[in-house]
Amino acid sequence: MKHLAAEGGAQILMPVWSEIIVGLIAFAAVCFVLMKFVFPRMEETFRARVDAIEGGLKRAEQAQAEANQLLEQYREQLAEARTEAAGIRDEARADAAAIRDEMLAKANEERDRVIAVGKEQLAAERQTLIRELRSDIGSLAVDLAGRIVGESLADEAQRRGTVDRFLTEIEADGRASTGAAGRR
Amino acid sequence: MAGEPAILASDFPPGVKDFDFEGLVPGLGQAVTKVTILAWLAAALIIVFFLVAYRKPKLVPTKTQWMAESMYGFVRDGVATEVIGAKRGLRFAPYLTTLFLFIIVMNFFGIIPFLQISPNSHISFPMFLTAITYVMFLYLGIRKHGFFGYIKHTLILPGVPWPMHFLLVPIEFVQNFLTRPVTLAVRLFANMFAGHLLLLVFTLGGVALMNAQTVFFRPLSVVSWAMAIIMTFFELIVAALQAYVFVILTASYVESSLADEH
Repeated sequence: MKHLAAEGGAQILMPVWSEIIVGLIAFAAVCFVLMKFVFPRMEETFRARVDAIEGGLKRAEQAQAEANQLLEQYREQLAEARTEAAGIRDEARADAAAIRDEMLAKANEERDRVIAVGKEQLAAERQTLIRELRSDIGSLAVDLAGRIVGESLADEAQRRGTVDRFLTEIEADGRASTGAAGRR
Repeated sequence: MAGEPAILASDFPPGVKDFDFEGLVPGLGQAVTKVTILAWLAAALIIVFFLVAYRKPKLVPTKTQWMAESMYGFVRDGVATEVIGAKRGLRFAPYLTTLFLFIIVMNFFGIIPFLQISPNSHISFPMFLTAITYVMFLYLGIRKHGFFGYIKHTLILPGVPWPMHFLLVPIEFVQNFLTRPVTLAVRLFANMFAGHLLLLVFTLGGVALMNAQTVFFRPLSVVSWAMAIIMTFFELIVAALQAYVFVILTASYVESSLADEH
């Protein structure tokens, strides 16, 4: 090239073949190594990196979803438990009311029964008393009248049933008055 | 003291001759020069770095693995899927990244001390890289649309009144099949060539000023060298930018071949 330098400047645009060949071989070597061994692996790494990041995000999302689901489940269970507790409470309250009513009913019944029994006994005693009293009063009255009149009226009275009649009248009177009183 | 710098000063002004390197192995000519050795070095650096960084890829990357991934991700997401499309672009990401890395590493050689020349400042390198891009977008276009379909797809603009085609078809032809490859190659080459020349001008200019006959000019060499340092940072930006431009244009050409509409 040196000999051309003297002729002027145009030869700088003239390529030197040996340089082109050397340059091509060197460039081809770089292309071969980089395009075959380096850049495809870089693309692979890029892809793996994207996968790793996206996979991480996906995993995080999944975990989040799982946690949310679990929370929802717990909430549901809690709500269920609450309604159940409320149900149990209501039931218990109803049971208590029922028991109280039953007890009350039983007590009322017992009271009524006791009262009825008492009344019956009272009535029976009264009947007995009346019966005794009637016979006693009869004899007492006859005795008393006999003493007043001075003779024994016992046979006469018995014969005529005076005492009985008298007592029946009294009884009728008493019954009428007690009936009126009871009504009143 | 006066003798040694005088030799350096004789190199000023720099010119095309500064881009010539002697063949290091007799008989192989230009096949083994500083420039081709640097091309090999670029290839070796890229291969070794990526093989080491990606020997055992992990989901949570190490620092080197992260760096390697960032480089690939930059072209993959910033150029391939951005320009060509999310689905189709992914197929081209490995090639575009390799292209980007190869160009940017060789460009950086222009400002690395002792290397200080980018192979891309020799037209041969941008030329074969452009040839690959050219063949690639032609092949992809013909594969997608068929030969005549692709020609029609490229040259005939839809929705244009027919007389306009007499004007537009030649323009489209020149633009797509001639200007594209030439500009792609020359842009990269010229930037690297000019960058190297610029650094030479300021560096050698400083030396020349240092040895100036007029004593008052000598302090100005400091200014010249300061400019060389500033230009080095500027070249850093240019190196990265030109690699990016080359790749994004390649992607854009590929996209235009794969597009359904013009």
